[in-house]
Amino acid sequence: MDDSLRELYQEVILDHSRHPRHFGKLEHATNTAQGYNPLCGDRITIYLMLGENGRIADVKFEGKGCAISQASASLMTDMITGKTITEAEILMGGFLNLVKGEKVEGLNEDDRETLNVMAGVSAFPMRVKCATLAWHTMKSALEGGGSAKTE
Amino acid sequence: MTAQSKINTAFDPLAARKDFDILSKTVYGKPLVYLDNAASAQKPRQVLDAMRDFAAKEYANVHRGVHYLSATATDRYEAARETVRGFLNASSVDEIVFTKGGTEAINLVSYSYLAPRIQPGDEIVLSVMEHHSNIVPWHFLRERNGAVLRWVDLRDDGSLDVETLDAAIGPKTKLVAVAHISNVLGTVTPLKEIVARAHAKGVPVLADGCQGAVHEIVDVRGLDVDFYALTGHKLYGPTGIGALYAKKAHLKSMQPFNGGGEMIHEVTRAAVSYADPPARFEAGTPPIIESVGLAAALDYLNSFDRVAVKAHEHDLLAYARDGVRQFNWLRVIGDAPGKASILSFEAEGMHAHDLATILDREGVAVRAGHHCAQPLMERFGVASTTRASFALYNTRTEVDVMIAALAKARKILT
Repeated sequence: MDDSLRELYQEVILDHSRHPRHFGKLEHATNTAQGYNPLCGDRITIYLMLGENGRIADVKFEGKGCAISQASASLMTDMITGKTITEAEILMGGFLNLVKGEKVEGLNEDDRETLNVMAGVSAFPMRVKCATLAWHTMKSALEGGGSAKTE
Repeated sequence: MTAQSKINTAFDPLAARKDFDILSKTVYGKPLVYLDNAASAQKPRQVLDAMRDFAAKEYANVHRGVHYLSATATDRYEAARETVRGFLNASSVDEIVFTKGGTEAINLVSYSYLAPRIQPGDEIVLSVMEHHSNIVPWHFLRERNGAVLRWVDLRDDGSLDVETLDAAIGPKTKLVAVAHISNVLGTVTPLKEIVARAHAKGVPVLADGCQGAVHEIVDVRGLDVDFYALTGHKLYGPTGIGALYAKKAHLKSMQPFNGGGEMIHEVTRAAVSYADPPARFEAGTPPIIESVGLAAALDYLNSFDRVAVKAHEHDLLAYARDGVRQFNWLRVIGDAPGKASILSFEAEGMHAHDLATILDREGVAVRAGHHCAQPLMERFGVASTTRASFALYNTRTEVDVMIAALAKARKILT
């Protein structure tokens, strides 16, 4: 198989997409937002619970989409739980750089390694928006909700 | 190519392929298998050469100068209009308006024909399989003029029941807008029957012929259709040009759409009067080089036995339909009898974009998404489909490559 395909659809990604973590609705969410990719019609809803300490206490997502968008959402929800808003934004910045094939800075080793499973997306420019949908939606939820679009 | 690619018709796709340089291209080291023809078809050398030769030898602006080149360019532009007239079997060149594409052709009808005739509560009948270009212009009239959109559902196989459509046409219906061929399902609508039913109630019909003009032999007089929109780039011609056929009486009754040069009779400081159709609807410098390309594309199509081309495309569809039957995880959306060579499907547990990405790496270009037909996606309960659409230059061997790539995608993704 084509190496770039193998990297894109590696086992970790497929596992996340088949068995997404934090999937479902979060009752009593403090922040929610909906994301939409007009290119394919995929939708996602992100539910966040911000704790009093300013950290993301819980996060869930709902939606249907391709393996890349589902895996990305699953991975994201795993990673941002417990983070402050600023930390989540730094993580997002790193992620966006990673999938666009740009230099990734400001991430700790652990986060970087975890995110790295998505690095294969950079070889598929047409699929970058699939990977970033959940993240843009999360950002929109943190900024007070509403809706996010990939374009 | 294997002997298997040879079809027993008077049309030889392998010979036609030689006219398309791009088809011998490789992508990711694999031979290109281009199955995204419903989005846009590739251009034969005859089209590219005609445009280049015209631009190199005969080009100037049209209808303006008295100089030599202006005359040759005008002749070619008007000759292209005659070619489109012949292609559609319209009675007069004055019934052919050049537009920048199918979308603009439909918008022209919306703005110039229908908008002035709409009172709040008046109805526009359209089917759920319409492309957004045959939906949004009518939504404009809903938003701005208070029109009501009446949607006609399909049978589960994607076919359109003329009785269902007839029942939707009421005393307030001002237009029926329907695809000749669905860009997603390949369904061929019973256009002649639809027109007869609508006319019996005094309602005109617009057909979106962007796919229909490619796969059917269109006879607007035989169909008695009021408006027929087509686009060049799906007809093996260039982008940036399309055409609207409209009955002369309709065109004469229509107000201008864009204002500018070429479309006037006389302009003074106090007033303006407009040119007769079709010039009235062709403001500004038109797509001149593209018109020559479009004419070359139609001549190219007509150089074949079009019945044989259609038989070849139907063979490819049937072959592909049979091929995917082995996949119990694949659901074909649209199985209407006599449909055109467009195969849309949904794959269980696999998103269309993942499927299309893997097919792409095998050299197979298909479309994944909602195909600008979201009401249709909703009708069939899917967010998106994968679509393979076959053109005259495709072969059974290419279908085999697609089938093998689908099996591979299944292996990777599940």
